[in-house]
Amino acid sequence: MALLQIAEPGQAAAPHQRKLAVGIDLGTTNSLVASVRSGVSETLADDKGEHLLPSVVHYAKDETVVGIAAEEVAAQDPKNTIVSVKRFLGRSLADIQATWPNLPYQFVTDETQPNNIQLDVAGKIKTPVEVSSDILQVLKQRAEATLGDELTGAVITVPAYFDDAQRQSTKDAAQLAGLNVLRLLNEPTAAAIAYGLDSGQEGLIAVYDLGGGTFDISILRLHKGVFEVLATGGNSALGGDDFDHAIVDLWSQRWGLSAAANKTYYRELVTLAKATKQNLSAVDIVEQDITLGTDTYDASLSKVDFDFAVQPLVQKTIKACRRSLKDADVSADEVLAVVMVGGSTRVPLVRAKVSEFFGRPALTSIDPDKVVAIGAATQADILAGNKPDADMLLLDVLPLSLGLETMGGLVEKVIGRNTTIPVAKAQEFTTFKDGQTAMMVHVLQGERELVEDCRSLAKFTLTGIPPMAAGAAHIRVTFQVDADGLLSVTAMEKSSGVQAEIQVKPSFGLAEEQIASMLKASMTNAKDDMQQRMLKEQQVEAARVLEALNSALQESGAKLLSEDELKTLRDTMQTLDDAAQGSDTQAIKDAIKLVDNASQDFATRRMDFSIQQALAGKTVDTI
Amino acid sequence: MNFFTLFDLPETLDVDKAKLSATYQVLQQLTHPDKFSTGSDQEKRIALQKNSQVNDGYSVLKAPLARAQHLLSLRGVDIKDEQHTMQDTTFLMQQMEWREELEDAQNDEDALWQFHIDVTKTIQSEYSQLTDLFDAHADINILANAVRKLTFMYKFQEQVQQHLDKFED
Repeated sequence: MALLQIAEPGQAAAPHQRKLAVGIDLGTTNSLVASVRSGVSETLADDKGEHLLPSVVHYAKDETVVGIAAEEVAAQDPKNTIVSVKRFLGRSLADIQATWPNLPYQFVTDETQPNNIQLDVAGKIKTPVEVSSDILQVLKQRAEATLGDELTGAVITVPAYFDDAQRQSTKDAAQLAGLNVLRLLNEPTAAAIAYGLDSGQEGLIAVYDLGGGTFDISILRLHKGVFEVLATGGNSALGGDDFDHAIVDLWSQRWGLSAAANKTYYRELVTLAKATKQNLSAVDIVEQDITLGTDTYDASLSKVDFDFAVQPLVQKTIKACRRSLKDADVSADEVLAVVMVGGSTRVPLVRAKVSEFFGRPALTSIDPDKVVAIGAATQADILAGNKPDADMLLLDVLPLSLGLETMGGLVEKVIGRNTTIPVAKAQEFTTFKDGQTAMMVHVLQGERELVEDCRSLAKFTLTGIPPMAAGAAHIRVTFQVDADGLLSVTAMEKSSGVQAEIQVKPSFGLAEEQIASMLKASMTNAKDDMQQRMLKEQQVEAARVLEALNSALQESGAKLLSEDELKTLRDTMQTLDDAAQGSDTQAIKDAIKLVDNASQDFATRRMDFSIQQALAGKTVDTI
Repeated sequence: MNFFTLFDLPETLDVDKAKLSATYQVLQQLTHPDKFSTGSDQEKRIALQKNSQVNDGYSVLKAPLARAQHLLSLRGVDIKDEQHTMQDTTFLMQQMEWREELEDAQNDEDALWQFHIDVTKTIQSEYSQLTDLFDAHADINILANAVRKLTFMYKFQEQVQQHLDKFED
């Protein structure tokens, strides 16, 4: 009998072996992980068969508990049990305390960055990024246990209306959890994928996504596997949690509850409110009491009173829908299907108002809790390389305009909202004083005209500008938004061609150095040797670079390169190949850079050539 | 970057919308970063840059005003960030008249609608004249002024629209 070759786990030697990729829905209330197995995208359950992981983290002196077990102790130990941490990502401490004055957590001021949120839990200081990371880690472990091997990567979903700071924080949390982020995917787009592929629907669809803490409305066009977002809108601080708070407010008023009692019993009140809201989806009145301390109160609630209490919130969402339809330049009756996503869309009033607005019954048959993770897993499968012939293409947009602070506290828009991404825009600046070698650019997100009405993103300091007379320098600053919706800035002084150095000081969330040191700290705790890991990474990248180049050279090397260029390129490739066989990580890195520089022109020519070919060969009636 | 070349379209003010759309789809399939997810960092970077150009190009070629401004810039005049005051006194007076009329009409929904219709008509006729001017390879200064006029008209139409929006909520 022939010996079967069994590869060592995680050693992915065969380049065409299936890569394990997952889609993760990091939700305000619940989180899920899904993967494509045997062609089907499905959520993964824990060892008790539960698919939903409550986004609740409880910190005790010697352990961190995530999920249902943490939920169970939330009322007993509210200070150390963090619920809905997603609402804190990329936000400022001042914001949070103003919006939710009754939170039971112990906030600790970060002296170096007073905007940053820090929580004292069981004597440890944790940031929202770290708490989110703890949730992601549990999902990562669940996936690896179920799928049987290390993950290649993950697609993490974010609310479409999340700004740059919130997105970056999500990415940081994923990286801290040891996940390779293939893409940050907008939740409505993820839901559209799951719905679109399942239904085969083509044309205009609307995705109404009301989660625990965020609201998104996206208008998409589906056509031949291309999902094109026409417009997206929403509110990243409006969700089911606010419905719960509305009920608590109603009760609080009814009972004349003191401010102190509101704070002390916050967790109990919100928990009961949530359960009551859910019950009212099925019955017209809930009759119940609640005991807070030594007092018992009548916590009954009718659907009529509930609807009245949350009507303003629902109206806000309808307004956002109206605006998005306008931005997309379509009318409600052109929309063929309205997909409901998120647990809060189970509220009957929400369904009624949405159906009324769009003039058709909203679709509620798809599991609103799972659809986002399922769509994300489908994309993860493709991005990991498991489906090289996939037709599917996602064209998403920037949800909020990007602007710069100009004189007088005004914001000048550089890239407008609903611009398809990736996108790059350049803006020219000049110097103020003779010999000026640095300048600062303040980037903001939002639609308003004044700096104070927009969200401060970051301050970019450009240095290394060659000293010249005032007004003589022409500094071209390029704002690049990538497919994740994240901004990066490069700058060049045009007359000298000098590339400016950029230091980024984010207004919210962690600075690059902070995240880097957190990553380093988490790695030294990990089982793998960090050195080994970095060497392996470089070797994998080297192999990737060489494989791609070899096949490119075979295809068009002779056509697009001169003899000399070919020789130079091949020499650098040899250097890289040699370095990759060794164990000097830096040498491999340097060799990759060498090859990159030598092949840059070739790569650009290939891209332009393939475009030329495709457009020339195209007949009028293709596509 | 010449977006007409990128999209394999002739450099005329009027574009074949169907061809533009079809070409956009092809360009997306070729350059979208997602198509290079398993590629090297360099491939990803080049795709990001190219795809950004494609997106920019599409948004410019789709919008009549942006397209006109782009075509003008290819002929050598970039008016986008201009603080230029126009020399055309007749047109300047017309601008002032319109602005005053708009001020007066801002709370009259019917008057605003009529304004909107009139401005749209004017834009259509200006646009069609501009198309002829480009086709006839008119003098660059004549072209530039015509595009400036069109720019003002579109800005003005936006203002009328903003006033109309107030009646919507």
